[in-house]
Amino acid sequence: METSELTEKRIKKYLSEGKRFDNRTPEQFRDIKIETGISKNAEGSAKVKIGNTEVLVGIKMNVGEPYPDSPDKGNLMVTAELLPLSSPRFENGPPKFPAIELGRVLDRLVRESKFIDVEKLCIKKGEKVWTVFIDVYSINDDGNIMDAAGLGIIAALKTAKIPKYDEKEEKVLYGELTDNNIPLAKHTPISITYHKIGDNFIVDPTREEEDISEARITIGSYDESISSMQKGNSALLSIEEFNKVLDMNEKVYKDIFKKIGAQLK
Amino acid sequence: MTTKIFKRKSGRKPEEMRPISAKVGIIPNADGSAMYQSGETIAIAAVYGPKKMHPQHMQDPGKGVLRCTYSMLSFSVTDRIRPGPNRRSTEISKIIEWAIEPVLMIDKFPNTVIDVHINIIQADAGTRCAAINAAAMALASAGIPMKNMVSSIAAGKLDKTVVLDLDKYEDSEFEEGEGSTDIPMTFTDDGKLTHIQIDGNITKEQLKEAIEMAKKASKKIYEVQKKALKDTGEEK
Repeated sequence: METSELTEKRIKKYLSEGKRFDNRTPEQFRDIKIETGISKNAEGSAKVKIGNTEVLVGIKMNVGEPYPDSPDKGNLMVTAELLPLSSPRFENGPPKFPAIELGRVLDRLVRESKFIDVEKLCIKKGEKVWTVFIDVYSINDDGNIMDAAGLGIIAALKTAKIPKYDEKEEKVLYGELTDNNIPLAKHTPISITYHKIGDNFIVDPTREEEDISEARITIGSYDESISSMQKGNSALLSIEEFNKVLDMNEKVYKDIFKKIGAQLK
Repeated sequence: MTTKIFKRKSGRKPEEMRPISAKVGIIPNADGSAMYQSGETIAIAAVYGPKKMHPQHMQDPGKGVLRCTYSMLSFSVTDRIRPGPNRRSTEISKIIEWAIEPVLMIDKFPNTVIDVHINIIQADAGTRCAAINAAAMALASAGIPMKNMVSSIAAGKLDKTVVLDLDKYEDSEFEEGEGSTDIPMTFTDDGKLTHIQIDGNITKEQLKEAIEMAKKASKKIYEVQKKALKDTGEEK
């Protein structure tokens, strides 16, 4: 099931010449398709396909108590499930590390970029605030679930409507949506993950490429800001290499934004 | 004798089921996969296997093991469901196995397991029926030999009228008169029952009527399943 040594050697040889099996350049994504409104009981939802990789994202909202350290702010909860349906590698059972990390890195993509204006999700300070649940599911894993999920979250949030809330009964009237969108920032945080393979860096790995990745860096960024980052796996990075990734990120962000801008609206 | 014709909120006739559609080959990683949609209810299923059963003590040298896992996405219903298995999904998973196993020629694969993962993307009642239909198609598309296809649909009763294919409103909100009865069933394509459940109240005569109604509808589902399976064949 793992990528064979022979394939690994071949991928590295190709990359040393700046090439990949599917004719992409190292910094090129596969085709991205975003579809919103794919599950009507969700307050917002999206399906993202990057090549053969597919994820679903749904937004649900509920009213609850704020956290003591943020009495006037709404809550955000991001969970990710790597469904056994989406790959022979994923099994039933409690979430394992990859799914937990996925959820946490995506949480920071949304939270640290201040994409959701959580202060506007306060109903009554210290007592009642909206909680936004963002749930991510893999449908087919052909590499780079992380970045697909990042795009799905932005698309689902942008199309989500806040449900009606009965203040007297203290009940959310599910199925009855208001015309109000979730209060969002104008910028678009995008998650882009860079993988080190040999001496090269690539984005949007296929399953095979992701398997032989020695280190990865996920960057959540928008405009001039880098708002979240995660280095995964244990390979070393020189400062030069790291700086190269930062330079790549500016270009790749623009490329993706151009590709998906119209689809995100 | 009822002279008054019962009106359903959706405008459907008593014996009218919701529009259905099906598609095969939706998950490239899987050995077989399918989507089945009935009205607003959408199920997707993926088959992995037959593969060697682990741990070894669970292997059956006489036949393979069918293992179905049914799960609803958290946002598929109006009130978010916490991720992970619960009592309801555990029972339905087993019901799906029982509904499909009789037609599966699983004795051809000793010591193996066939995993079928079913997820509900959007729910408007009838999710177990949609799950069974999707799972059966996914198994067929994975090339697992089957004696028959199975097709699943609920009949039921609203107040005094026997109806086909209850939607969410009819299943959980309808309270007039005798209320609502839900009877999900699964039939082989030669009309035998592999699964039936009842929730509600119904007389023997009306139950027989409901079964006939569902059996007739299962033929229509079978045609849609067959067509979806043939369509992928042509693409390849």
